[in-house]
Amino acid sequence: MEWQIIVVAAIYMGLIFLIGIISARKTFKTQGSFIEEYFLGNRSMNGFILAMTLTTTYISAGSFIAGPGAAYSMGLGWVLLAMSQLPVGYLVLGVLGKRFAILSRKIKAITIIDFLRERYENNLVLILSACGIIFFFLAAITVQFIGGARIFQSITGLSYETALFIFAGGVIIYVTLGGFRTVVLTDAVQGIVMLIGTFLLLISTFTYGGGVKNVMMKLASINPGLITPFGPEKSLQIPWVTSFWILVGFGVIGLPQVAVRGMAYKDSQSMHNAIIIGTVFTGFLMLGMHLIGAIGQVFLPGIKVADLVIPELSKKTLQPWLAGLFLTAPLAAILSTISSQLLVLSSTICKDIYINYFNPEPNEQFVKHLSLIITGLAGLVVFFLSLNPPEFLVWLNLFALAGMETVFLWPTLLGLYWPRANACGALVSIITGSGSYLFCHYFWSKPFGTHTIILPLTIGLVSFIITSLVTTPPDEEIIKKFWE
Amino acid sequence: MKKGFTEDPRYRIATKEALLTIFLFILNFLWWFFFAYGLGSRPPEEYTYILGFPAWFFWSVIVGFILFSVLVYLMVRFLFTDLPLEARPEKESRQR
Repeated sequence: MEWQIIVVAAIYMGLIFLIGIISARKTFKTQGSFIEEYFLGNRSMNGFILAMTLTTTYISAGSFIAGPGAAYSMGLGWVLLAMSQLPVGYLVLGVLGKRFAILSRKIKAITIIDFLRERYENNLVLILSACGIIFFFLAAITVQFIGGARIFQSITGLSYETALFIFAGGVIIYVTLGGFRTVVLTDAVQGIVMLIGTFLLLISTFTYGGGVKNVMMKLASINPGLITPFGPEKSLQIPWVTSFWILVGFGVIGLPQVAVRGMAYKDSQSMHNAIIIGTVFTGFLMLGMHLIGAIGQVFLPGIKVADLVIPELSKKTLQPWLAGLFLTAPLAAILSTISSQLLVLSSTICKDIYINYFNPEPNEQFVKHLSLIITGLAGLVVFFLSLNPPEFLVWLNLFALAGMETVFLWPTLLGLYWPRANACGALVSIITGSGSYLFCHYFWSKPFGTHTIILPLTIGLVSFIITSLVTTPPDEEIIKKFWE
Repeated sequence: MKKGFTEDPRYRIATKEALLTIFLFILNFLWWFFFAYGLGSRPPEEYTYILGFPAWFFWSVIVGFILFSVLVYLMVRFLFTDLPLEARPEKESRQR
């Protein structure tokens, strides 16, 4: 590994930590409710920050490592599939919308579970969803930590443990000290890095390959399937690819770490701007990264581990300083995802479980310490899990995305828009949705050719509606609180 | 509503915007789907190319991205409404 790359990576990590620590000081100076500040930044995000944090939270290592890796093997068909993520930029904010922002202010919600608790007033819904967050997030964060440490390791040549220690230590410190405000600010910086990185690499690979036409012809000569929507072995079938509009498009509305951002913007102007910026940003990154991965086949045929396509390409086509900057882009993607998930995990334990059940009227000073301690502890737990990841977590991570969607999507959406939605409906939906997902995963992985997520989400929706309709409507008081 | 209270008037606007977003999402999907599979399903030897990209890819992915970015912009600028987001805007603004 060339020394320039190490220098750039080190400077970058240092810079992010520095920004984190500096902005953390602001968190403690803010007046008003500490918990609202720490977990939601006092609902003060502007449009640019909102767009960046929303999209970078969603865009993880997958979009920089695994996605381009798949595009490398599958060709343009996988780029097509990846573009089903374009709507994430407008869908989450557009559908949860101002109603969600207004409501969360009315009921003073700072987490998704706060919202579910006020809406359904049911302990079982609360406990199931809290457990969902704790287990899925532990798994997801651990896996991201491992990925981040591996990249850091491959850049610097440090041992895995040392790489993990520096990488994880840094994130845990700035998230713990700074809370939401720091997380979104570092997200914005990292978003810009990803954008510049993608842009540079896109230009350099096409230039290196002698123009678009040339590259496409070479791709077709390797295997004509690479330039069709179906992949080299015709394995990308239409129903399956189309399902991604639900899995990584519509379903993303249900992810708590994404949805909670719909509570935290300042005013409607911020939301409007964020929708526009977020769409362009997501579209460009998705198109750029996956297209680079796909044409990587031309320059680096026969890579054994397809995930390495982006790091290898950047070393090959960019000069070392730029390659260093680019290699930090996946690190940025991982950092920005972990930081947000860590905070949601901590807010769940702190606010939804501890304060709600054990200490409903805590004093301000105590909350301050509690939030910090729990965030730090959660980080430490994940750190130790990543040192020696238990089998169970790796298994659980397979379900993290889909699992979260089956638990949260319908209770959030129907709770928001349908007055008749009640606790029984939500419960049945959570149970049948996640249960049928597990079943499909093992016994019927492509029902009617679609991705595993489609059937369970449909079952979740239908069972929610039917159960709500045959049981008693929610209390008049709840409806009044939410709708008046 | 038939209940003993009046619904927050801002909700009607918010719901309209959410429906518009869904509508755009569906349009986005249809555009993506029909160009990709409409033009891309023939054998690759018969493909035509635009700016070097296979036509299906150019229309579905590249034009799709640009077109829907523009449509999102237009939707937000002209169809979305500025609203106060405070819990009870008209009654007392000193609450927050």
